[in-house]
Amino acid sequence: MDSPILSVEDLSLDFHLRTHILHAVRNVSFDLYRGRTLALVGESGSGKSVTARALLRIVDRPGQMVGGRILLRTDHIELDLAPLAANSREVRAVRGARIGLIFQEPMASLSPVHTIGSQIDEMLRLHAGLDKKAARARTIELLGQVEIPNPAEMADRYTFEFSGGMRQRAMIAMALACNPDVLIADEPTTALDVTTQAEILDLIKRLQVERGMAMLLITHDMGVVAEVADDVAVMRFGKIVEQGSVDDIFHAPRHPYTKRLLASTLKLEQAAEVRAGQRGEPGPILTIRNLAKTYGGAKGFLGTSKFAVKAVDDVSLTLNAGENLGIVGESGSGKTTLGRLILRTVEPSSGQVLYKDRQGRDVDVTALSKSGLRKFHADVRLIFQDPFASLNPRMTIGQIVGDPLVVAGGHTARQIQEKVAELLGLVGLDPAVMERYPHAFSGGQRQRIGIARALALDPRVVIADEATSALDVSIRSQILDLLLDIQQRLDLSFIFISHDISVVRYFCDRVAVMHRGKVVEVGPADKICTAPDADYTRALISAVPNPDPRHKRMLHRTRFNPDLQPTA
Amino acid sequence: MLSYILKRLVYMIPTLIGMSIISFAIIQLPPGDYLTSLMSTLADGGAPIDAATVERLRSQYGLDQPIWLQYGKWMAGILFRGDFGFSFEWNQPVAEVIWSRMGSTLALSFAALLFVWAVSLPIGIYSAVRRHSVGDYVFTFLGFIGLAVPNFIFALTLMYVSFRVFGQSVGGLYSPEYVDAPWSWAKLWDLIMHLWIPIIVIGTSGTAAMIRILRANLTDELAKPYVTTARAKGLPEYKVIVKYPVRIALNPFVSAIGWVLPELVSGVTITAIVLNLPTAGPLLLRALVAQDMYLAGSFILLLSVLTLAGMLVSDILLALLDPRIRFN
Repeated sequence: MDSPILSVEDLSLDFHLRTHILHAVRNVSFDLYRGRTLALVGESGSGKSVTARALLRIVDRPGQMVGGRILLRTDHIELDLAPLAANSREVRAVRGARIGLIFQEPMASLSPVHTIGSQIDEMLRLHAGLDKKAARARTIELLGQVEIPNPAEMADRYTFEFSGGMRQRAMIAMALACNPDVLIADEPTTALDVTTQAEILDLIKRLQVERGMAMLLITHDMGVVAEVADDVAVMRFGKIVEQGSVDDIFHAPRHPYTKRLLASTLKLEQAAEVRAGQRGEPGPILTIRNLAKTYGGAKGFLGTSKFAVKAVDDVSLTLNAGENLGIVGESGSGKTTLGRLILRTVEPSSGQVLYKDRQGRDVDVTALSKSGLRKFHADVRLIFQDPFASLNPRMTIGQIVGDPLVVAGGHTARQIQEKVAELLGLVGLDPAVMERYPHAFSGGQRQRIGIARALALDPRVVIADEATSALDVSIRSQILDLLLDIQQRLDLSFIFISHDISVVRYFCDRVAVMHRGKVVEVGPADKICTAPDADYTRALISAVPNPDPRHKRMLHRTRFNPDLQPTA
Repeated sequence: MLSYILKRLVYMIPTLIGMSIISFAIIQLPPGDYLTSLMSTLADGGAPIDAATVERLRSQYGLDQPIWLQYGKWMAGILFRGDFGFSFEWNQPVAEVIWSRMGSTLALSFAALLFVWAVSLPIGIYSAVRRHSVGDYVFTFLGFIGLAVPNFIFALTLMYVSFRVFGQSVGGLYSPEYVDAPWSWAKLWDLIMHLWIPIIVIGTSGTAAMIRILRANLTDELAKPYVTTARAKGLPEYKVIVKYPVRIALNPFVSAIGWVLPELVSGVTITAIVLNLPTAGPLLLRALVAQDMYLAGSFILLLSVLTLAGMLVSDILLALLDPRIRFN
């Protein structure tokens, strides 16, 4: 192995907050080598992203570099970036030209008011000194290299005309425009669907090998690490706790935190133990018949117009009592709309939802009056995806959890308080937190509060829409275990909507796979996740990264016929 | 883009019709008409006129006809002959009274708008980029004063200062010796020397508001990932800020074109009276008090048209500035 192209030595970063100084990064050291990928792994708040930004000296205020060296060795010159002023000419000459950066949010990291082409041109004109025409020619060439169809035409398009995956490709083209020696990819695929993620990771890997770049990959996803990385550094609370080759980290982890991180990832690779053999009374509690929702396209003389979008297209499913039904699909597959149609927060265009109520009567939800719907909503509750946005910051936890009881009416303040205390106990929170406000809680705790709120009216069915997507992997399995535990104690059925196959495999008995509004396959979770029938499901499952570097799954994945996929 | 503009123009037609009806209805709202107020003025002056004369005048002016007929005649006159009716109070056609006032109103609005832009853009950017710095606090303080001080007090203060310190004639747009003089360089200079007070007075609160808006918008935009992207490209800092977040935070600036005109007419009437400005505000006020209905109605109508035109211009500029608006 030759000498590292970039060495970070004892890097430390502080955040000067109002009340105290937070040591976000402490004495972090690592080396990047040509053609190799170092994965910096950690959960949210571990300091991995800010470390990456420090390499380019773009740490936002109030962050401050307080020590360490960043040695960049290009053209036989060693340059220490640490002592230079953040906006000095030398640092700016490195940004983009020697070190390229790809971000997590392809939606927000490109300017919405400039064309994609002009944003890449700018880079080339700045560093390579190309004139307008030469820069555009090179931009089109780059867009072609990242497999954007019709690059010449797409260069003149704006960001919002690109899909998520296409934006990330454009972002990659921009980062690679000036042939950097080092590429920093900060959660480059976190916001993308699994199949898109697999394509983007493929692309990054291929371009990296072609150009012999060093790559620093920042991620929280151990699966992605196993698929892509050569070396791994595990970060926690601003420190690197363990560093080694990918094989060592996965198969001979030494640090307890690494072991825990791997354990919670691997735990989600199989079905939950408690679930085995658990069956409620037989018979469906919810029956969905030919449910459909069409957006737009007012009906013309000849039926529906061609602009109509079928968000949910003729879906029939049953949810048995005591069962966990998973609904998986990529963004735009209609899974969230389906959840809303079942609750009738969105009115279905056609079809039926039948609910067997506590007295065993069949209720046609699609024909319910307003008051009937209210009763139905007491029995069927929703847990939301975003634990930060779904709690009102101006209400105390007691008010939030007790709110459904207040809305339902017929409870005294004392009864409500007792119930709230009971619910908080149920989700593993101290009832004393009732007086506090949501900002005092972490993401996992907030999701527990959201679950307590969903359980307030003793529901029979809970629809969880991406309930664990925003959480770190260790918290994620805790929340899933909590839900399973609650299910054991209360007589509950779950509809679990998720894009994350591993979560569904862990949690669900049966899985329905959705693609472009249609259910392409329904079956037992084990079967769907190991031996699916439908081509689409096979492609989807094979694109899920496998957290084992010795069995890289993504490279051998099956591709779904792209002609049938939505055009980007 | 062209179809967008055409569509907007077509949409303006029903709005205009609605506005003309509303302006006509508004001036009919107070009890009585021009003649009743004329009668009471004359009676106060000790020279009452007899009822027969009043009736004769009433039928001569068409005031005894049903309202919809009066409206129809008025609109027909405007559309086919450019005739806005007759001003009772001024004893001449409305058009002649209005045009001179409208010109100065437009000129003043435009000058005030330029002042708002020129002052608030750099200060707003500075305040957002150097948030919580001493400079930001100073500008914030001044901005709040600008928002809080009533315009007429500000106008009186400035007039006093400029009279005491510069010994300048204040009020109006010209010094007395130039009012009826033909155009010359000296007259232009005199105009400029008079204009700065109304522009500052009228523009200050708008400037203060705009600084706050720009600061808030830009603060949000500065935290967006695309700014970091631009920085990671290696662009110099001023270019990072001016090319990306400022460009996007600029929308309220363009929207300002739409509201500055109605603001000038309805909001600064008192200022205009204090400063003796020949703008539309004081004239409209007097026309309303005297129930000079055709003058008042025409004023309201014209202002509506100008406001609509301002909105259209600002929308077109917004669409040019922001492709997201253009494409949706």
